[in-house]
Amino acid sequence: MLPWIIVIAVIAILVIFVIASYNSLVKYRNWIGESWSQIDVQLKRRHDLIPNLVNTVKGYAKHEQETLDKVIQARNQLVQGSPQERIEADNQIQGALKSIFALSEAYPDLKANQNFLKLQEELSTTENKVAYARQLYNKTVADYNIKRESFPTNILAGMFNFTKRDTLTIPEAEREAPTVTF
Amino acid sequence: MLFQQIAQNKRRTFFLVILFSVLVLALGWAIGYLVNNDSVSGVLITLVILVFYVPITYMTASSQVLRMSGAQEVTEAEEPELYHIVEELALAARLPMPKVYLIQDPSPNAFATGIKPEKAAVAFTTGLVSKLNREELEGVAAHELGHIRNYDIRLMTVCIALVGVITLIAEFGSRMLFFGGGRRNNDRNGRANPILLILALVFVIVAPIAGQFVRLAVSRNREYLADATAVEFTRNPQGLIHALEKISADPHDVQEATNATAAMYISPPLGKNRRSRASLWATHPSTADRIARLEAM
Repeated sequence: MLPWIIVIAVIAILVIFVIASYNSLVKYRNWIGESWSQIDVQLKRRHDLIPNLVNTVKGYAKHEQETLDKVIQARNQLVQGSPQERIEADNQIQGALKSIFALSEAYPDLKANQNFLKLQEELSTTENKVAYARQLYNKTVADYNIKRESFPTNILAGMFNFTKRDTLTIPEAEREAPTVTF
Repeated sequence: MLFQQIAQNKRRTFFLVILFSVLVLALGWAIGYLVNNDSVSGVLITLVILVFYVPITYMTASSQVLRMSGAQEVTEAEEPELYHIVEELALAARLPMPKVYLIQDPSPNAFATGIKPEKAAVAFTTGLVSKLNREELEGVAAHELGHIRNYDIRLMTVCIALVGVITLIAEFGSRMLFFGGGRRNNDRNGRANPILLILALVFVIVAPIAGQFVRLAVSRNREYLADATAVEFTRNPQGLIHALEKISADPHDVQEATNATAAMYISPPLGKNRRSRASLWATHPSTADRIARLEAM
């Protein structure tokens, strides 16, 4: 009788282990998808906001056509291409937007425009959200990859085709705290 | 690390409930013994109070705290910047968007409430919103979302409720003792043990104080963890450091804060003019200690 109990117990432990590891791999895979869709939502939002911004700025700052054109050109890249390309396009736009917000200093009328201020707030929150969603995405991907490659979960990952994912790489200079040296 | 912290918090909540329940029942026994030489009914009465009071507090604490502090819910259209900051950090923390509340008070402070992340709310004073810049507000919002994600609020709410019960029963008991004549049934069972009697009396006096100590120690501990969690979200300790400096430098108390709600705020909202507070009685670690730990990150 006793050997049977031991055999059944071992099988039960194995089954529980397989179920738990499989479910946690699935959870992480879904979290990756979910954090990418957060980035996706924010990039689309930026894509929609940019024409409004360009139209508002155009009326006040006629000499800045070049900067505005650059933003318009990069804008389509926000919603097309691979995740990595879209993130890179967003990074370019971020640079151009910074100069637009900076030039508003030279145009007092623009700086006082309620619509412009509202767009500026909207665009900066979407930018922060892209940054935070990217941070979350990379953290989730890293956790997932560690889980996927660790023994013994890696056996399951191989069996059920949990493929390796890549993190989104971008110079994160703007998020890093400045290091002060004395 | 993170999941251990959350699991540890849930375990702690459970043990606190057990520990405090035993303490409360012992208190009931002591009062029953002292007042009527009838420990059984003392225990029964406290059991009834415990069974009703704690779940009711647990369910209604969030709305009570918000109401007591005079907080008003705000929408995205009313406070775009504040709302967006909370939205950004909820995203970073993978939490559902909490409700955002504003308290009309010039003293800068903030707190979070809600037993579950799904029902959470964060409240900011108008003073905080006007005195802090975006980076600092991000630090504060991240600290509050840290409390939500770590389930600190559940732990603190249970603590406050249980200490409330102990205080209530101890007060009730000592009133009966000193004003109700006491030990009316001496004749029925006059062989009360004097040592037990003294022990019971000491217990009635000490229990509420001990409960407060536990509550305050738990509260201080959770603040450090929430600071660390905030940095995990923002990756920027400077925002929170500057925010804590500005908040603690402000000389005004939060008008609607009470001793019961003080532990919920990011920085002590009361007693700002009493400089020398013994640290054992503080709801929060000192700002200097918190900043030192943040700077080491």
